[in-house]
Amino acid sequence: MSIDAKDAKNPKDTKRGIKPASSKIFSPLLALFAILLFNIFLNPGFLSITIVNGHLYGQLIDILNRAVPVMILATGMTLVIATAGTDLSCGALLALSGALAVSLIRGDSTVLNADTAMPFAAVILISLVVTSLCGLWNGFLVAKLGIQPIVATLIFMTAGRGIAQLITGARNLTTSYEPFSVIGQGWFLGLPVPLFIAAGVFLAVWYFARRTAFGLFVEAVGVNASAARYSGINSSLVIMVVYTISGFCAGVAGLIYASNIMCADATNAGLNYELDAILAVVLGGTSMMGGRFYLGGTVIGALIIMALTKSIYAFDVAPESALVVKAFVVVFVVMIQSPLYRSLRESLRSRKRKPGSVRESVG
Amino acid sequence: MVMEPGSQSPKEDILKEDILLEASGIEKRFPGVHALKKVNFTLRRGEVHSLMGENGAGKSTLIKCLTGVYGIDEGAIRFRGRDIRPESPQHAMRLGISSVYQEVNLCPNLSVAENIFVGRELTKGPFIDWKRTEERARNILARFDMRIDVRRSLDSYSIAVQQMIAIARALDVSAQVLILDEPTSSLDKVEVAKLFDVIRRLKNQGMGIVFITHFLDQVYEISDKITILRNGELVGEYRMEELPKIALVTKMVGKDYDELAQVSRVEAREDNKVVIALDRVSAHRSIENVSLELRKSEVVGFAGLLGSGRTETANVVFGLEQNSAGTIVLRGTAVKLASPVDAIRCRIAFCPEDRKRDGVIGDLSVRENIVLALQARQGIFKYVKRKQQYEMADRYIELLGIATPDADKKLGELSGGNQQKVILARWLATEPEVLLLDEPTRGIDVGAKAEIMKLTLDLCREGMAIAFISSELDEIVRVSNKVVIMRDRTKTGELDGKELDQDAILKAIAGGEAV
Amino acid sequence: MNNSMNNSVNSGMTDGADKIAERKRGFSIDLKYIPAIAAILLFFVAYGIGGLLYGDRGFLRLRTFTSIFTDNAYLGVSAVGMTLVIVSGGIDLSVGSVAALSTMLIAYCTEELGMNSSLILCAALAVGSFLGFLMGVLIEKLSVPPFISTLIGMFLARGLCFIISIQSITINDTFLRALGKWKIKLPQNSYINLSVILFAVMLVVGVVVMRYTRFGRGVYAFGGNRQSAKLMGLPTARIQIGIYTFSGFCSALSGVLFAFYTFSGYGRHLYGMEMDVISSVVIGGTLLSGGVGYPLGSLFGIMIYSIILKFISFNGTLSSWWTKIAVGVLLLFFIVMQRFIVYVAGRKRGRT
Repeated sequence: MSIDAKDAKNPKDTKRGIKPASSKIFSPLLALFAILLFNIFLNPGFLSITIVNGHLYGQLIDILNRAVPVMILATGMTLVIATAGTDLSCGALLALSGALAVSLIRGDSTVLNADTAMPFAAVILISLVVTSLCGLWNGFLVAKLGIQPIVATLIFMTAGRGIAQLITGARNLTTSYEPFSVIGQGWFLGLPVPLFIAAGVFLAVWYFARRTAFGLFVEAVGVNASAARYSGINSSLVIMVVYTISGFCAGVAGLIYASNIMCADATNAGLNYELDAILAVVLGGTSMMGGRFYLGGTVIGALIIMALTKSIYAFDVAPESALVVKAFVVVFVVMIQSPLYRSLRESLRSRKRKPGSVRESVG
Repeated sequence: MVMEPGSQSPKEDILKEDILLEASGIEKRFPGVHALKKVNFTLRRGEVHSLMGENGAGKSTLIKCLTGVYGIDEGAIRFRGRDIRPESPQHAMRLGISSVYQEVNLCPNLSVAENIFVGRELTKGPFIDWKRTEERARNILARFDMRIDVRRSLDSYSIAVQQMIAIARALDVSAQVLILDEPTSSLDKVEVAKLFDVIRRLKNQGMGIVFITHFLDQVYEISDKITILRNGELVGEYRMEELPKIALVTKMVGKDYDELAQVSRVEAREDNKVVIALDRVSAHRSIENVSLELRKSEVVGFAGLLGSGRTETANVVFGLEQNSAGTIVLRGTAVKLASPVDAIRCRIAFCPEDRKRDGVIGDLSVRENIVLALQARQGIFKYVKRKQQYEMADRYIELLGIATPDADKKLGELSGGNQQKVILARWLATEPEVLLLDEPTRGIDVGAKAEIMKLTLDLCREGMAIAFISSELDEIVRVSNKVVIMRDRTKTGELDGKELDQDAILKAIAGGEAV
Repeated sequence: MNNSMNNSVNSGMTDGADKIAERKRGFSIDLKYIPAIAAILLFFVAYGIGGLLYGDRGFLRLRTFTSIFTDNAYLGVSAVGMTLVIVSGGIDLSVGSVAALSTMLIAYCTEELGMNSSLILCAALAVGSFLGFLMGVLIEKLSVPPFISTLIGMFLARGLCFIISIQSITINDTFLRALGKWKIKLPQNSYINLSVILFAVMLVVGVVVMRYTRFGRGVYAFGGNRQSAKLMGLPTARIQIGIYTFSGFCSALSGVLFAFYTFSGYGRHLYGMEMDVISSVVIGGTLLSGGVGYPLGSLFGIMIYSIILKFISFNGTLSSWWTKIAVGVLLLFFIVMQRFIVYVAGRKRGRT
């Protein structure tokens, strides 16, 4: 056995570290390009970008901009899923963050009893801290009490929206506070501000995950939590941090969402966004079983979802019909990632290859 | 129903009609691997037939071919004189070939009766007749002298009982051939004895039993015959009495089995400093009043039965369990070890007993598995750079002779022995002074066992204090300078250099007066 | 019990041992029943409290009690299917959408296409079952996690609704109206309608299937340990696909009941119903980890859910969001309790 394995050493395998990630991202990238190509085919003006008042406008910018909330949620969700978890609460926390921010700005919430408007920075801070704490609570339930992630986060998925409605009194609270509108509608360097926020969140999470050992710990916990613990990793801390990040991301996305419509819509804000976020992560190549995660793939996944929705709007049908196409695209991508397809591809490939190179887990 | 007690004579005839299962010329290829090469295997009525070989020798593949998990490429399987081609485990089961695996393959949430009958419950019309089903279950278990409440869920019983239930199920399904794949690895001595009683009884009733285990002693205790495989080829079939242990191992490994003979302990010196000492340490529900010392350049063996406190002691030293009383003294100062990280910071390392569950992170690469503990000690912000990671991984792959194409191979895809080496490498990377090895040779093949033991001794020579926990007394005797005897969650004695032999340890474990 | 031992070879001994075991059981009910029992207790406690608080406003009237069922029968039917799914260790996110598709199909085909309404009812059930079947195939054959494959089903069903029509369609078909309005009058101005009867039928079906058929026991085995179930020779593929087909059927039927309830078909019906159903099932004592759960527990889960609604409507000043908060708190309570029980059971096992 040992001799065989050494023989199997062939120069192609020694290209280190690059291969797995890039091959994972390849299929979602392909799907994204196919959708974009399809759009260009339908609408030649799809790629065109015009400059009005120094702001860039165009379909592509629009897709990017609209994908921002889901993208931010999905960034946090990627880490959660990598620990073999799921965060169902992020859509509700998004609504909660928006509701908090708007009612604090207005200073007339039914519950919060704040008569005067708060300083803007405090508003932002409070919203983000509250959703992060909710995330921490999810993490606590999962890590310390050992409750399954779906159930643990189901609690805030249900109650979070209830609390948001409690804060707004189930009214659509509007605000016209200028600085707040910048978050969701502002422009910077000719591009919408949300894009910069999304990029900032993504880079921060990426840096934290890939330039520190955190990502390694997350993956270790996701693959085998017990072994990670035996290796000296504080598994429950890792899990709690991950859910807190997800809560924070939901908070940021909520601010953008609310600022975009200048309104706290506790009932509909971010409805089903958690599902889109999970989908984006899975489309991006991260397995729901946990382990390896691909932040870049997640962004592509979010873009796929938005590009798809967008291209269906081009037809004159109810926006919800887009769901059917979405269903088929997901089936397609999921099929590509399925073990059945992979083993099929493997067997095709190994037939071409000379026998003798694969020898593992036999006997 | 299945067995007709006494209808078959257990005598060993070479008559044709005694042959129950005969596989001849079995060929099995996987992409790139020739797993079985013209293998023959013959099982007779009323015999316990051990199937031996190193990991990767083809034992499991052969079993899987016989039970229909894999199809065969060439060859024939004859069962009671008729050609068969099992298509699935279920099909094999219907034909009369049942198998019980190492991990109990039952459903913990179902009742005992259901576990015996699920999928074949007795019905009245379209509905299950619970009363009759449970009654049958009770009758079946009664044959094994098991009188347990069949309506309780399976997970309220111990692993040993569960294993018996699994066997009961396998037998009731049909079996004339029973394949037991590593059935004893999670059982203690008493439970093994009970299992062997059952096996002997079944044998006397004319059943053919195929037995696979890593424990050589058990092979000699229970088997009538032995078939040895090596690298997918048949080495031969032998009667137990014509094959001494050393010959068996030689045939399995395929070379003179002198490697283990080379393993000899490092001489202890009086002036070796005490690295870590336990002073009357107790931990809630796990150990009581344990005092011991680990010295530099010394291997201390831990002997005792499963649950005697040997693993639990290691858990306490590694911070997995907290001591409720007593003190742990590290290089002269009392320390509090509240978590594995604390222990790692104190330069303690621990290779856990259940490698698959607590050691191997299968989907991560060999490199990542190696750096993990070091990284955990350094915390997330002192990230070991990729380049350093590769250097470190390559160094240990070289040093420990880990057979892997490269450092990016998933650990889960390596063999057991190599996985164990990677986990050892994980700990060596943290440059430990105390190394706790819990069953480091379990479930790996003989050659790798010798390697692991040699490594242990090398590390000891370099100055490490090592605790060597094992069920294999032979190994303990080979490597240890002294042996701590554990029984009933506490230390009952300590054996020293001159008195070290298996008999003495056995006597001490069995509860003769503490030495 | 004692007479069942007659055939045993040494019945005397076994009998004695059995009696001891029996006596022990008297003291310790299997821990896994506790969540379901707690749900039942909680319902009665809540009912009692409601009686104390709002007794003067008719909380204890039979009409209030029957309306628990008449208002939520559609949830209950879906919960029966969901119980199976969750016991098998899966999850079904598609129930709300499949039910909505059912209402849409019925409304569109009878009103716009003028098709035979009883035929359409059957067709709607068939479509729902088929969607469930497809999801089962996706899970089984392509190893897509249930969460994702039923999410796909959710998208598909919801999208199909809007492809059929984006409008809300009122059902005027006389036969359907008659079915929806049919009721058995009970005293105190209360009644039971067809939905409640169908719910009861489905509940009985659920209980019988899960307790007394090989398929049902297979579901438990599957949820307990999938690998073992396979090695024990259970037809796991058939079971898996069967589970989701059954759940699809239940969802479709749930849509039919909802159509009876509202006399309309609309793509936006029953948004988020899946989470109400899952919550109810979990509150009813089914473990999301699979292997443990009872349709009757889910019945009480639904009853608790609807009694919260009753509290809010009787109070008058409480707003609807309190439902969500209350459900969240209850979920927390039940989940922590389940967790605790698993923990205790684990420790107990550790000792033996």
